[in-house]
Amino acid sequence: MSEKTMRDAINEALHQAMAEDESVFIIGEDVAGCNGAPSGKVGEVGGVFGVTSGIYKEFGPDRCIDTPISESAIVGAAAGAALVGMRPVAEIMFADFIGVCMDQIVNQMGKFRYMFGGKSKCPAVIRFASGGGFSAAGQHSQSMYQVMTAFPGLKVVIPANAYDAKGLLLQAIKDDDPVLFFEPKALYQEVCEVPDEMYTIPFGEAAFLREGDDVTVVAFGQMVNRAVAAIDALESEGVSCDLIDPRTSSPLDEGAILESVEATGRLVVVDESPPRCGLTADIAALAADRAFHSLKAPVKQVCAPHSPTPFSPELEAAYIPSVERIQSTIKQLLA
Amino acid sequence: MSLPKKKLLQAYRQMKTIREFEERAHAEIMNGQIAGFTHLYTGQEANAVGVCEHLNDEDTIISTHRGHGHCIAKGADVIGMMKELFGSSEGLCKGKGGSMHVADIEKGILGANGIVAGGPPISVGAALAARIRKNKRVAVSFSGDGSVNQGTCFEAMNLAVVLNVPAVFVIENNYYSEHTNIEYAVGCDDLKTRTEGFGFPVFVADGADFFSVFDAAGKAIDHARAGNGPAGVFAETGRFHGHFVGDPQHYRADGELDDLREHSCCLKRFREKMAESGEVSQEELDSIDAGVLALIEQSVAEAKAAARPTPEQVGNDVYISYGTG
Repeated sequence: MSEKTMRDAINEALHQAMAEDESVFIIGEDVAGCNGAPSGKVGEVGGVFGVTSGIYKEFGPDRCIDTPISESAIVGAAAGAALVGMRPVAEIMFADFIGVCMDQIVNQMGKFRYMFGGKSKCPAVIRFASGGGFSAAGQHSQSMYQVMTAFPGLKVVIPANAYDAKGLLLQAIKDDDPVLFFEPKALYQEVCEVPDEMYTIPFGEAAFLREGDDVTVVAFGQMVNRAVAAIDALESEGVSCDLIDPRTSSPLDEGAILESVEATGRLVVVDESPPRCGLTADIAALAADRAFHSLKAPVKQVCAPHSPTPFSPELEAAYIPSVERIQSTIKQLLA
Repeated sequence: MSLPKKKLLQAYRQMKTIREFEERAHAEIMNGQIAGFTHLYTGQEANAVGVCEHLNDEDTIISTHRGHGHCIAKGADVIGMMKELFGSSEGLCKGKGGSMHVADIEKGILGANGIVAGGPPISVGAALAARIRKNKRVAVSFSGDGSVNQGTCFEAMNLAVVLNVPAVFVIENNYYSEHTNIEYAVGCDDLKTRTEGFGFPVFVADGADFFSVFDAAGKAIDHARAGNGPAGVFAETGRFHGHFVGDPQHYRADGELDDLREHSCCLKRFREKMAESGEVSQEELDSIDAGVLALIEQSVAEAKAAARPTPEQVGNDVYISYGTG
């Protein structure tokens, strides 16, 4: 056990999964880097965020495969290799680029098993750097996991800390279904205790990060730390909250959310995506449908506005939910 | 090729403006004054200018993530662009888009673009509009050696031929799609021939030489404007900075950047040619340099003093009108 960044925890999971299972390989843009380059330093990049650093040097060109900039072909190649028994882990640099390869994810990979009458497996993992916080504007800041949750056949994972990232990624690689793995890029440098050995975290099991009586807070990805800060600050005011990080939006741990809402009677759902047809609306609907009689107050969504992500730092700060917004929403429910 | 002196001075001024805009942007990013992801065009200036000097305001261009040079070459307001990079609400895009999304529709600039090969299909649409309206406009899309491997690029090139539209595909080969060399990322030996396989002529240029690009682009644009369908320009070039500002550039050979700046600098080449031909004096070029530096200085001063956006502006400009309005 030692402290690791989320980047290093994911990197370690990839190394260990590849060492354990020869059918695991990684593929994507610059996952090795410098291929064909005059420096001769192939493998020196390890992905634009350094997440696959060192993998080329350890596992070589057959298992750490650089591609041209061709997202549809990357996802398709991962899906095809998985369909014939490999366990690829593909990297799509930014989650926004799902726009380029949507067909291969949604119409192909996500539907094979069902359309083939349950007779196929597609154990592919696609990793994405997701979310805002870098003034990267409209095409490099989106979460996208809320959109992908809508498609049956895909599993959707959103780790919020290094420990969960490692355990969930190892689970994703073992999983026989296609898994979309969204890494909030604002968290790559965040540190926590992470075991050195391999371990898995099952999908569909939420993490309880705080326990309290007054309000249930459900938060995803980058928003989890902000929810923790909001809740901890309210403690001195005598307010106590349950904080639930579902960790996977598909499958979703509905039981954990409902049980908590039934106890507190109040629900705040936090996500950095826009509100329409998103995870906050989805979970608000779950509570309205299945915990209506427990509710003492309206369900509140804390999320981005119905707008693309702006470039300017001031605008982005106003766009992504802040600790203060989460706090004031919790207090509003108790007023 | 002989060009009127006014045209020569204009071409040099445009290349120098791009160069100084980029070098100053680099400095301001390193100073922490500019946020976000920025991809600099330094070294490739002759490509943008050699093409855009053939275009009028009604023609369109669409650019890439490395878009500042194309936008300046097509006539974008330099001060408005600098304000945009600084995230000001007075910027060309009100601080909503930033470096990767500079656009000015009035000037025929359909935007820089954060998605590799996002532009070519859109440019085919602009070209289709020109064909339908019979207005002799052309639509230019700038792409790099990275974007030519995207399906959208293939689809756009084929569709342009099928529809016989005045689309010009400018491919700037700077040898690196991010951190990967073209030797690895393009499977065939000859990208020009591969592109011609779509069924349109491709004219080759030396991307460090304004006159070479101007010549090749002229042929391609004339071909398209005359109603003969799409055409291409393939220019070998080099970027003097990394893929993005902060890129450690592990892919470079020792001395590669020094070599590029020494031997593939379009400004140096232009000055050398003028010294040989005597068409423009070095003093005249010096005077342009001074004017450009003053403009860039002014753009930064204005950008630093410009209004900052306020939170209520986040939700503006999503739609022209929506629902309850």
